[in-house]
Amino acid sequence: MNLKATELRLGLPGTDESQKEYSSFVKSNKRSSEGMDSSCNEEECATAPKAQVVGWPPVRSYRKNVLQQQQKKSDSDVSGMYVKVSMDGAPYLRKIDIKVYKNYPDLLMALENMFKCSMGVYSEREGYNGSEYAPTYEDKDGDWMLVGDVPWDMFVTSCKRLRIMKGSEAKGLGCQ
Amino acid sequence: MINYFPEEVLWHVFSFLTSHPDRNAASLVCKSWYNVERFSRGKVFIGNCYAISPERMISRFPRVRSLTLKGKPHFADFNLIPQDWGGNVYPWIVAMAKGSTNLEELRLKRMVVSDESLELLAKSFPNFKSLVLVSCEGFTTDGLAAIASNCRFLRELDLQENEVEDRRGQWLSCFPDSCTSLSSLNFACLKGEVNVAALERLVARCRNLKSLRLNHAVPPDALQKILAQAPQLVDLGADSFVHDPESETYNKLKNVMQKCSSIRSLSGFLDVNARCLPSIYPICINLTSLNLSYAPGIYSKELVKLIHKCKKLQRLWILDTIGDKGLGVVASTCKELQELRVFPSDLHVVGNVAVTEEGLVAISAGCPNLNSLLYFCQQMTNAALITVAKNCPNFIRFRLCTLNPTIPDAVTMQPLDEGFGAIVQSCKGLKRLSVSGLLTDQVFLYIGMYAEQLEMLSIAFAGDSDKGMLYVLNGCKKLKKLEIRDSPFGNMALLADTGKYETMRSLWMSSCGVTFGGCKTLAEKMPRLNVEIINEGDEMEGRPDDRQKVEKMYLYRTLVGPRKDAPDFVWTL
Repeated sequence: MNLKATELRLGLPGTDESQKEYSSFVKSNKRSSEGMDSSCNEEECATAPKAQVVGWPPVRSYRKNVLQQQQKKSDSDVSGMYVKVSMDGAPYLRKIDIKVYKNYPDLLMALENMFKCSMGVYSEREGYNGSEYAPTYEDKDGDWMLVGDVPWDMFVTSCKRLRIMKGSEAKGLGCQ
Repeated sequence: MINYFPEEVLWHVFSFLTSHPDRNAASLVCKSWYNVERFSRGKVFIGNCYAISPERMISRFPRVRSLTLKGKPHFADFNLIPQDWGGNVYPWIVAMAKGSTNLEELRLKRMVVSDESLELLAKSFPNFKSLVLVSCEGFTTDGLAAIASNCRFLRELDLQENEVEDRRGQWLSCFPDSCTSLSSLNFACLKGEVNVAALERLVARCRNLKSLRLNHAVPPDALQKILAQAPQLVDLGADSFVHDPESETYNKLKNVMQKCSSIRSLSGFLDVNARCLPSIYPICINLTSLNLSYAPGIYSKELVKLIHKCKKLQRLWILDTIGDKGLGVVASTCKELQELRVFPSDLHVVGNVAVTEEGLVAISAGCPNLNSLLYFCQQMTNAALITVAKNCPNFIRFRLCTLNPTIPDAVTMQPLDEGFGAIVQSCKGLKRLSVSGLLTDQVFLYIGMYAEQLEMLSIAFAGDSDKGMLYVLNGCKKLKKLEIRDSPFGNMALLADTGKYETMRSLWMSSCGVTFGGCKTLAEKMPRLNVEIINEGDEMEGRPDDRQKVEKMYLYRTLVGPRKDAPDFVWTL
């Protein structure tokens, strides 16, 4: 069904704006009208690190290396296991020492306090039920996992950073 | 009349000519002027080390005392050029050593410098005073040891962002006790340990030391002792700063800083506890230059507190963690700001809104003297750029880099053509421009039309057709360097005006539409250009088809034909 032919549009007949193809390899980012929302589509952001273009953004290798080294150092602090915690929609990150906590409930309570949110009840089958937030973490392999699946001790040694996901994406992680 | 002008007078007059363009112009007037000029030129600048040979340079300028050389093309910084491409300084040093040049100063950028080169340099020029290496590689601390040991009158050893292999030697201890002439020592880019005691003694005896930039291996305790010996410092860089504000070291540092009233420039802070920053508050009021772009440990709040005290700042380099709000503080505090660089802190674009067009607009409103900008941002709008153009007509360098290279105007979703158009139209003195974001041929029409003083242009993921590139080549009369990547410009644009490239230093095109056939045609037509194709991987087996697109092409004017040191993967057509 060629609905386009019946479309009412301004412009000369025969011209079609959409035919102009802007060479865009990453979908353009829309500014959300809902205030605090991150301006970057969540899905793209989670996969963006893997779709890096060589040499973009144009930052000297020297600079990149220095900052990455420093990042590694501060992430693996000998005194305590400090990891960064981000929450979708929040303007800045926090850092917590996960060694301070003894189990998942302790950790979750601390996160709920820190970010003033509620994360619901964890179940192996359904993930975090009862809230729009789900705690996730990046493990040593760079994969994003749901908090709570593995034994606590294993989690503490493999967790590199935490991210409290929000919205539909959070639901998606728990569902099979 | 001019023929009877006594040479002594010409000599005297030419001694006032310092800028290279002036000297170049003077040398074209007549034979007599050419000769006086060439014998009186002490500082030689060569923007592309392959444009001329060392022998010819020496024979034209026998009295050269200071040489500046640049090697690899700019895009080498971003991993677009494989290792061993070239740019070796060794032949230059050999030639000058043979020619008994009285070399005093050598400044290199993006060149390969071996230990052998440094050793030869150190032993061949008894009056050698100044070595400045920027973004170079290929040497180790052994080479530095040779410089330290042999250059008796060394004033300046300035190593900026080089890749240096650490050989666990004691290069710093190689400065003899008799060395007291150092005025500038920068080894911030070295990763290894230095002999701290030797450093302290060196600083103590070099009473003219004005600029000192230490690496991460110099502990805060040593920093404090060193500063106590050098209150006359004007420029300080310290990567390892105090961690504990309750410590003795912190107190000592605080006290010593108060005496360092001459410091105007500060950098480093790679490893710092932000709570220790108050120790530098006393010197902030005098700072004209602040580089915190390698200080990821200083967060927004502390950063803002610090900047609040830096009212005389003219140059600021920071990370985008400062945020738009922080830039607002810069705008209201640093009224004399001329140069701003905002670097990305998180290269993985994970939704952290770093800085946007708002920060830039605020800066432009608060800092009317702004003339140099490098701005990595999450998003941009035409309206913002138009406002910036109106507020700051004095831009000489304007480099905007959107983290997503093809992002459109964040509000209207239109290309950013109009915004950049406003910049080039308003900033009549613009010499360097980098564009990014969604851009069509229109932006190049504007650049060609208005950017009359433009010398360097960087283009990435922009334009629709050959017309874009043609607008630039036809319009920008003073263009010297053009670098283009991932844009749809092909043979038609490349070959339209081949003579243009002899008026330019170089052209880089990668992942564009030019083909082998096009490059070959250009090379055949223009014997005084080297047209080099960089070939990586096995796609190019045997002689490629003329219709095949070229991944990376670098062409430059030269007086000495194809270079003899080109590696296997570089083909000069």
